[in-house]
Amino acid sequence: MLDAPLAPELQTEAGRLTGETPSRLKIIDGDVHPAPRSVDDIKAFLPQRWKEHLEIYGSRRKLGMNYEPYPKSAPRACRRDAWPDGGGNPGSDLDLIRAQYLDALGIEYGILGPLGLTGHSELNQEFSAALTSAVNDWQKEYFAKPEPRLKAAIVVPSENTPAAVAEIERCANDPVYAQAFMLTRTSEPLGNRRYWPIYAAAERHNLPVGLHVFGSGGHAYSGTGWPSYYVEEGAGHATSCQTTVTSLVIEGVFERFPRLKVVLIEGGFGWLPALAWRLDKLFERMRSEVPHLKKRPSEYIREHIWVTTQPMEEPKDRKHLLDVMEWIGWDRLLFASDYPHWDFDDPFRAFPAGLGQARHHQILAGNGLAVYRLT
Amino acid sequence: MPRHVVARAAQIPPGSRKLVKVAGRDIVIFNINGELFALSDKCPHKGGSLSRGKLSGAVTSSEPGNYQYSRPGEIIRCPWHAWEFDVRTGRSWCDPQRMRLMNYAISVEPGAKLVEGPYTAETFAITVEDAYVVIETK
Repeated sequence: MLDAPLAPELQTEAGRLTGETPSRLKIIDGDVHPAPRSVDDIKAFLPQRWKEHLEIYGSRRKLGMNYEPYPKSAPRACRRDAWPDGGGNPGSDLDLIRAQYLDALGIEYGILGPLGLTGHSELNQEFSAALTSAVNDWQKEYFAKPEPRLKAAIVVPSENTPAAVAEIERCANDPVYAQAFMLTRTSEPLGNRRYWPIYAAAERHNLPVGLHVFGSGGHAYSGTGWPSYYVEEGAGHATSCQTTVTSLVIEGVFERFPRLKVVLIEGGFGWLPALAWRLDKLFERMRSEVPHLKKRPSEYIREHIWVTTQPMEEPKDRKHLLDVMEWIGWDRLLFASDYPHWDFDDPFRAFPAGLGQARHHQILAGNGLAVYRLT
Repeated sequence: MPRHVVARAAQIPPGSRKLVKVAGRDIVIFNINGELFALSDKCPHKGGSLSRGKLSGAVTSSEPGNYQYSRPGEIIRCPWHAWEFDVRTGRSWCDPQRMRLMNYAISVEPGAKLVEGPYTAETFAITVEDAYVVIETK
């Protein structure tokens, strides 16, 4: 067979090639996408007033009414083998999620991150608040309560700061929620002070803030306008993450909230070391412009930012990827699968040979245990 | 060269596909306009099952602004990361030397010939009247 080479230690862990039962390897997955079977699932959690609003006026975001207007390489950007036989969307059928994902891969915890109709950046501020609450209740009732391996996210209405804080306060003491959740493409760069009360609330409750790529903040997918191709959009997530990290660090968010944990989701990570080097160089020359920063930008990044691994860069020489991971820090990398989306990563096949068993364990589970609230 | 009878010919009509297990290997069979192709089912990139992938044509371009569309239905795209493989060769479009699928000789044989052997039919009896799909493993 012509399978991609696997490190011997990964083969043993997977136990798949040998058929042996491996010693149980814990896996925490930082990016799992639940979906409603249809919009009715979400509507069931909306008050009548907002249910009718959705029926009559619909969802209005800066990228238009239909947030997913094209198949994105595969229908609904999902694995073609993830559609439930009984109908509904990938990520909506708990039995299939268990069989194809949780049980098949031995997932200890999957951290949910809802996308699509979530209220995150609805233009109608009150509807935004109502919809995020509905989505958070829906995650709990449909996924996290019946399946304790799935942990819900507190989706916040990021452009309505008081409502975002209120939503964190409403949900934070419920252990089904493992993170606060926003998207990277907000109206303003995420270090802007309008978002600081959200970080204060997350820090207060020891909730990491998951920042997933995408969003309808109204900005183009590139820093210089709208690109022609989906390929460019995919590459653009990395630049949106760079803007986000730069803004959080330079605005002083981590100086103001010293216990804040930020998890960047699905933006790749090959760019992170170079960004840190560049920011340090600029800081050393222009420190007086940002006197509120007491450390080098790279130090704030090293202390406060985690990155999920999927979709990781795949250089020809795997050593280059291992070098990048080393530069970021072995304790800052969190495994993510992106199930059920098409660019899914398998925990036993995604990582380069030469990683080593201890680091593989650390990325699959050890780091996640330290970041997420999994009680 | 072990030969394996994997299906009745009528079970894989044009436009269809079938995943079979032969000597412990998962092999996907495509019938494209009456022509049969057999490839290893597991994507060499990250392990997706190609039997769940989408068949498409080959889009090429001699320069920006021009394109050629050819060979409709002869490129299988992995259901996970959408790597493209040529069903005729098993080779991937982007990395044909390293990323390739094992391809197997496949043919349709009359039952009358098969009962003479040496063939392995794993799941059903052969009748002389029918035609059968035969895969040769290396």
